[in-house]
Amino acid sequence: MDHLHRKLRDHEAAMFQQGYLDDQFSQLQKLQDDTSPDFVIEVMTMFFDDSEKLLNNMSRALEQVPVNFKQIDAHAHQQKGSSASVGAARVKNVCGTFRNFCEAQNLEGCVRCLQQLQQEYSLLKNNLKYLFKLQQEIKTAGRSIHTRG
Amino acid sequence: MGMAAENQFHVLAVDDSIIDRMLIERLLKTSSFNVTTVDSASKALKFLGLVEDEMRTYDTHVASEINQDVDVNLIITDYCMPGMTGYDLLRKIKESKSFKDIPVVIMSSENVPSRINRCLEEGAEEFFLKPVQLSDVSKLKPHLLKSKVKEENEQPIKRKGMEETQSPDKTRPKVSI
Repeated sequence: MDHLHRKLRDHEAAMFQQGYLDDQFSQLQKLQDDTSPDFVIEVMTMFFDDSEKLLNNMSRALEQVPVNFKQIDAHAHQQKGSSASVGAARVKNVCGTFRNFCEAQNLEGCVRCLQQLQQEYSLLKNNLKYLFKLQQEIKTAGRSIHTRG
Repeated sequence: MGMAAENQFHVLAVDDSIIDRMLIERLLKTSSFNVTTVDSASKALKFLGLVEDEMRTYDTHVASEINQDVDVNLIITDYCMPGMTGYDLLRKIKESKSFKDIPVVIMSSENVPSRINRCLEEGAEEFFLKPVQLSDVSKLKPHLLKSKVKEENEQPIKRKGMEETQSPDKTRPKVSI
């Protein structure tokens, strides 16, 4: 089971190091305890659902003629907020840039930003899913052997 | 140690973001608060039993419509919400005869000094920048304890313990010494 722990630790460290996650994610982890043992997964699952909705909305909004930059900015603001709340640092940063383009009513900039946002979001989601998978494997392994403690 | 009911404060948290609601709920529960979350200012008013009509009357009779079982010790609300903002909610609460003494805390993802000042001037106890931290939540207890003391000082015939259910101030003339 040690190799699993090491894998998890290394993967988690890499996510922080590469800026996918920031300290706010650590705060979420600290809030998880016996009374709320699945807190992080619950919040991140909600974040995934919320983000996908927002990304869809932004995509559709950019296809409208004329483009409603105010509305797109509202979506970006929401996405920025939720990213900040869960520690999704890279996603949050792209949202910041996105909002600037909205304010400048720069359509090309917005379209590029949305692509970047989708990319960052995808990377984050895949990395987190892997993280959760490792955690689950450790849990399962822990149940099937009587560990020494 | 007193009775559990007496030591547990009830916080009403208002935020249109589901993620932020999950977060604030966890933060508050971790700090031993009872929590109710709602996703809008209008739902918050409904929960409090505060209907528009009550604003226009100085009389206490309409106030008796309020749900006596609702006992909120603090309200924490997001600033930016569609429809009624957290600032609007703050104002309504401070204008309300029955709820003006409930401490209100504002949260915002944006650090706008003029916004912060406006809220504090309107009577908000604290202004937290999002994402809210445990260290922020730890600042809430003093405001809650202060309100409790204030409440007790205004009613010299204060009930000891909690044998009575929430007895309304409204039926007892305010005794000033």
